[in-house]
Amino acid sequence: MPIKSYLAHAVKGKKDDLMNALRSLGQCEVVPAENQDILALVTDTRNEEEEEALREKIEALSSLELLSLVSGFNPPQN
Amino acid sequence: MAMLSAMTAAASMFPGIVFAKDQEEGIPKDANLDWKKGPCRFCGVGCGILVGTENGKAVAVKGDPNSTVNKGLLCVKGYHQIMCIQSKDRLTHALVKKNGTYVKTPLHEALDLVANKMKETIQNHGKDAVAMYTSGQSTIPEGYVASKLMKGAIGTNNLDCNARLCMASAVTGFMTSFGIDEPMGCYEDIDHADYFVTWGNNMAEMHPVLFSRMLEQKANRGAQIIDFATRTTRSSTASDRSILFEPQTDLAVANAICYEIIKNGWVNKSFVEKHCSFSKGRTNIGYGLEDHFEFTDKPEKIDFETYKEFLRDYSPEAVSKYSKVSVKDIKYLAWVYGNPNNKVVSYWCMGMNQHTRGTWINNLVYNIHLLTGKISQPGNGPFSLTGQPSACGTAREVGTFTHKLPHGVVMNKKDREMAAKIWKVPVENIPSKPTYHATEMFRAVDRGDIQFIWIQATNPLVSLPKTSRYRPGMQKKSCFVVVSDVFPTPTSDVADVILPAAWHIEKSGLYGNSERRTQHWNKMIEAPGQATEDAWMFIEVAKRMGYGDLFPYSKEHHVEEIYNEYRQFHAGAKHNMAPLEVLEKESGVIWPYVDGKSTQWRFNAKYDPACSNGKDFHFYGNPDGKAVIWQRPFEEAPEKPDNEYPFWLNTGRVVEHWHTGSMTRRIPVLHQAMPHAYVEFHPDDAKSLGIRNGERIKVTSRRGSCILPASINERGLPTKGQVFVPFFDENMLINDVTLDAFCPISKEPDYKKCAVKIEIV
Repeated sequence: MPIKSYLAHAVKGKKDDLMNALRSLGQCEVVPAENQDILALVTDTRNEEEEEALREKIEALSSLELLSLVSGFNPPQN
Repeated sequence: MAMLSAMTAAASMFPGIVFAKDQEEGIPKDANLDWKKGPCRFCGVGCGILVGTENGKAVAVKGDPNSTVNKGLLCVKGYHQIMCIQSKDRLTHALVKKNGTYVKTPLHEALDLVANKMKETIQNHGKDAVAMYTSGQSTIPEGYVASKLMKGAIGTNNLDCNARLCMASAVTGFMTSFGIDEPMGCYEDIDHADYFVTWGNNMAEMHPVLFSRMLEQKANRGAQIIDFATRTTRSSTASDRSILFEPQTDLAVANAICYEIIKNGWVNKSFVEKHCSFSKGRTNIGYGLEDHFEFTDKPEKIDFETYKEFLRDYSPEAVSKYSKVSVKDIKYLAWVYGNPNNKVVSYWCMGMNQHTRGTWINNLVYNIHLLTGKISQPGNGPFSLTGQPSACGTAREVGTFTHKLPHGVVMNKKDREMAAKIWKVPVENIPSKPTYHATEMFRAVDRGDIQFIWIQATNPLVSLPKTSRYRPGMQKKSCFVVVSDVFPTPTSDVADVILPAAWHIEKSGLYGNSERRTQHWNKMIEAPGQATEDAWMFIEVAKRMGYGDLFPYSKEHHVEEIYNEYRQFHAGAKHNMAPLEVLEKESGVIWPYVDGKSTQWRFNAKYDPACSNGKDFHFYGNPDGKAVIWQRPFEEAPEKPDNEYPFWLNTGRVVEHWHTGSMTRRIPVLHQAMPHAYVEFHPDDAKSLGIRNGERIKVTSRRGSCILPASINERGLPTKGQVFVPFFDENMLINDVTLDAFCPISKEPDYKKCAVKIEIV
């Protein structure tokens, strides 16, 4: 259940490529900025292993310049 | 919430960024987000926040666009503040120590125990054997109930607070220069000033939203920022000019600026003649290092010529030699202030207040503004910044200090009579003599003179100076310790009873920020378990002690009832507090609140309805209506580097962490950004000692030692011969090393200067 939020900085001019690539990975919610090459990204996975695997895939994307973590938490079980 | 965090972090890094969906549209469709206003939990800037709640949970924070303080912007701590309440080790139930172990106890039983222990201590050892130590983070109702309980009901002045450690020198500076507390200007000064001079103050990290506003003026209007400090920081690198000075010599440089102003004919003679008087006080006044240290100043009136003669020792050429500030820079600063065409605001905080001559240096910066007549006008004035969110609103205005009452001081018969009338107690109940300021209170615990202490919303065993003495003192069996807090801390680790406190938005309350803005918030979510509002726990103990008739407040409405009672103390044009219905509607208003309007600039008849002497300025805190220009000399620090301890130690904070870290270290993103403390070196010192970045270093003083990793060329750059350590890390207790010397007038300790030696471990 880790939920993490990031700012994904796209390689210049590759914002749409990055957005599409992230959305195709699944487990990602992406909201692009309109006036910067930045996307707000939230990942939601079942466990830490899955979270780690997803992050590796994200970091391997050629359209990604930089990924910076904003926050992360495990939501409590209700 | 995670998406909002990302968007708002982006907004702080890229001003003007716009997302394809705005913040509210980004919330899932079935969300039922309710946005409620309040002030930020953290610093004295007092940013307005909006907290989004969904199904009884706080899920989002954004800046309140209606707040003129921050206009929708927040800093990294502000955006993430609500995340601390999810911490797994949150205090949710009362804990009572039995045979060395904490036992979960129903709250009502724990409160019974607290009340009985307080009564028993008073019966066996007298009223002055019990004490309360509260906080500049206590809400206005919490501070008010504490004051009424201790001073009105029990009849002891054993109430002091952690604002003694941060703002006491600011208070005595105001009282001695103006006869009345708190700044005369407001944040709108930022929009008008040509020059900002920051005195020993890293605003980029400590008051980040205000600094953002200054940077905006720099970018849009060409306003200039001059950083005057003992260390190069993020503020320095963002400023137009960085001027470094040798620790303690701010006193001399301030006098040198006045010397130049007089020499160059920059004195606003008309202003000085009409609105200022001159005084001097005692010198060689000591440092408070001994238990029971006492000091009373002896003001004497002098005249301008005497003051001018005194300044002869403070020529830029003379001061430059020991301050390490160049003659050119001193003259430049004097020109910034002295040129009548420049509007100048001075900002300061802990660098000037946490100073063994803190009152004096506050006086000396006021001198500069008074000599030039640059005060109480938009963009022109001295502004003492507050550290904590309600050191003004609670500690200073309610008066949770040993000598204070909600109006005035315990030493004044009329002030005691007013309190007695409003509190409905015999005036004889309220003692007329102050007892213990913060440092002396913990010395009294160590000596066994105080046998019961109740600590609320603060963590003195991390934040006091010389914790190497006060931690063992608090561990002694002679003192019964009660701690009210939201999280376990090193202070609660020595408690006999721990009471679980509701956090910020889990209770209603009011805070007052640096610019005299009172802000109200309603309870937004329920506290977990048996965590309860502090004010209500104080009231429950008061009832159990037999004082129920003095605290006739209802649980549901006690905040409103207490505030309405408290307001009476400040009625009148000089300090009127806004009615609650105004505070509920607005994102705070500035007192004095008169005829439906905030008073933004005090003492200026154009803006301040309390002015009544028919002149354009009226410093009505003093009987003659004049502000005081003080003759105050440079005096050395009590402990300076020598052969055995060759470095200055300076301590302070970082933007990621609030004070002792009990909240912010439980917020993952903030903890990850700054996971531990460090000791900062100048690279030349590091090289000569053979120290590499990250190496384990032992910092030792005559009082204790602390081991930390070295930091070289990272966050900040101290001058040569100085090291800097942030104090947020309870696992690296730098206050075991610091010195408990204080300003004899304010009793505020100096955390910025003591002598240490360095070893590689």
